[in-house]
Amino acid sequence: MGIHRGHRARPLEWLAEKFIFLVSLSTILMVFLIFLFVAREALPVFFGETNTALVQKAIPVDEIDKHSPEQLQQYLELTPEQFKAMDKETLTTLMEVKVEAQNEIPEQFRDDPDAHANTTDWRYLLLPHKWADYAKPEFIWQPVGQIKKFNIIPLFVGTLKTTLIGLLFAVPLAVGAAIYVSQLARPRVREIVKPTIELLSGIPSVVVGFFALLVMATVLQKIFGYQTRLNAFVAGVALGFAVIPVIFSIAEDALTSVPRAYTQAALALGASRWQTAWQIVLPAALPGVFAATVLGFGRAIGETMIVLMVCSASVMSWSIFDSARSITTTIAAEMAEAVSGGPHYRIYSCLAHCSSQQRSSPT
Amino acid sequence: MNTITPPEYLPAVPQSRHFKAERFDFWSFFFSGLTGLATLFILGILAVILLNILINGWSAISWHFVSTIPKKDFFDAETTGVLPMIVGTTIRVLVMTIFVIPIGVITAIYLTEYASNISLTTRVIRAAVNNLAGVPSIVFGLFGLGFFINFVGKNLDAILHNPSAVWGQPALIWAALTLAVMTVPVVIVATEESLKAIPPGLREASLALGATKLETILRIVLPQALPGILTGGILAVSRAAGEVAPILFTGVAYYMASLPAILPINSWTWAITFLFCPHNRRTSSRRAPFFTPPFWCC
Repeated sequence: MGIHRGHRARPLEWLAEKFIFLVSLSTILMVFLIFLFVAREALPVFFGETNTALVQKAIPVDEIDKHSPEQLQQYLELTPEQFKAMDKETLTTLMEVKVEAQNEIPEQFRDDPDAHANTTDWRYLLLPHKWADYAKPEFIWQPVGQIKKFNIIPLFVGTLKTTLIGLLFAVPLAVGAAIYVSQLARPRVREIVKPTIELLSGIPSVVVGFFALLVMATVLQKIFGYQTRLNAFVAGVALGFAVIPVIFSIAEDALTSVPRAYTQAALALGASRWQTAWQIVLPAALPGVFAATVLGFGRAIGETMIVLMVCSASVMSWSIFDSARSITTTIAAEMAEAVSGGPHYRIYSCLAHCSSQQRSSPT
Repeated sequence: MNTITPPEYLPAVPQSRHFKAERFDFWSFFFSGLTGLATLFILGILAVILLNILINGWSAISWHFVSTIPKKDFFDAETTGVLPMIVGTTIRVLVMTIFVIPIGVITAIYLTEYASNISLTTRVIRAAVNNLAGVPSIVFGLFGLGFFINFVGKNLDAILHNPSAVWGQPALIWAALTLAVMTVPVVIVATEESLKAIPPGLREASLALGATKLETILRIVLPQALPGILTGGILAVSRAAGEVAPILFTGVAYYMASLPAILPINSWTWAITFLFCPHNRRTSSRRAPFFTPPFWCC
């Protein structure tokens, strides 16, 4: 008998190895399923299969046989499964309801070109449009009301605003603290401070949002004296709180893992501790510090509850003292009102895709 | 002041220049102080958040508050209680742990013990883990709604011929499973790190004594890695217990009614995490809770 025995000699070993392999494939399955199930909902928007026009050409009930099943399904805003499950009687009732709904639309919308427009078309999603009530073309996200306006640019701007404020606040603080803790502080201090700062990451984002909403918003308004109490600035600073422990702990690890010989050589040549940290250790650890920033950016973009609690009006504005709403926040706040399978729901799936990002290194 | 007189055979050292290891450099001092201040500031933020919650919440915490199931008005501050939320969160996290620990640990074992680092499968698995960590939590909520409730749940109902939706609606189990998918990377990364830290010599010694690979893993490697695995588990639990977004659509009862109404309640700040998690009335028992909120300090 040789050293390499096959699965005949050790069936249990062989089975265990296959089992472990199969279980480890489950992570691939999870990612695949997430992609599949979110994409399945989002695709009709990309292919222009959704229609949100308020005034539509009604199909009279007795013409039900003249139209193909696909046309009827799209006309009744049903999913293929729903459509298949219905018998002809239900379909007729649905068509009656549809015709009645068309008759009940107020007169004022009959001549309104906006009411005839499919607002899930990419032109309305991405470009400014002059709506009937507005003086000039504008970006509007307003998914409730008679004419649903789905322009996603305000959400992107809101995400960008809160994320950038959060990073501008968090990166200098976290990297500065990481330099201090890893290079300048005494080992005793380091042993206490590092776990304490990492405790901050244990505070749920809801609690951070709650604190920002009740305490921080008032304090910051008193200091800066702006008009709106809840705005992108407060949300950004609160996001910073959530991001600081992520950036700090990774940057600190990167700074600590720089070989001690570098530090000792610099000190022996007469550099001060700060000069060593700034000119020798930080450049050596720069990739790690950069990775920490990128991870913090990812965390800030994906953060939902803080922005939801602190500021939540989808205003198109570049001012940091105006309200803002990020992409993930929009999904959390409005998903409950969206009908499953409807155009509104599908737009959220699109947004979900936009907010997922690729990561090159694990947290 | 003691001065050491040099032996006579050495040339006299000029005494004029006093040797000093570090010159005083203003900018070094300034920037060192600045980084120290940054550290202090972060610690201050942490202290302010924790103290604010403690001071505002302390008066509201009573035995009645943590052990009562609100009968009528949930928002009546006098009679309300949070027992359903404590129990709901605890059960949700426990169910999640049951699913996530085996999957995470076994995947980590495959990645460190069995797979070669360059094979395609390993690279794909690693990419999947990294991508899973990069998905925002709300997207997990959408996924849970689309997959667990609308696909698995609805089909289960159809197979079992349930007259009304039993599985195809938000439930504790779906929330727990969604959270399990979300926290898998945390467990994998923590376990992998602890497995890598075990010296290869231990494995080689075990194999040399005639143990098989499976025996080595079960008897030698896993017991050594247990602290790391537990750390991963605690990290996953603390992440899951504080997470709101993934369970908004998959397991929280009357969430739209509670979301706006919760915010103005000032004195129970500490309970805010649990306020979002009143899953299922049936899960709440009348027994005294052994579980205080340990989660957000883990």
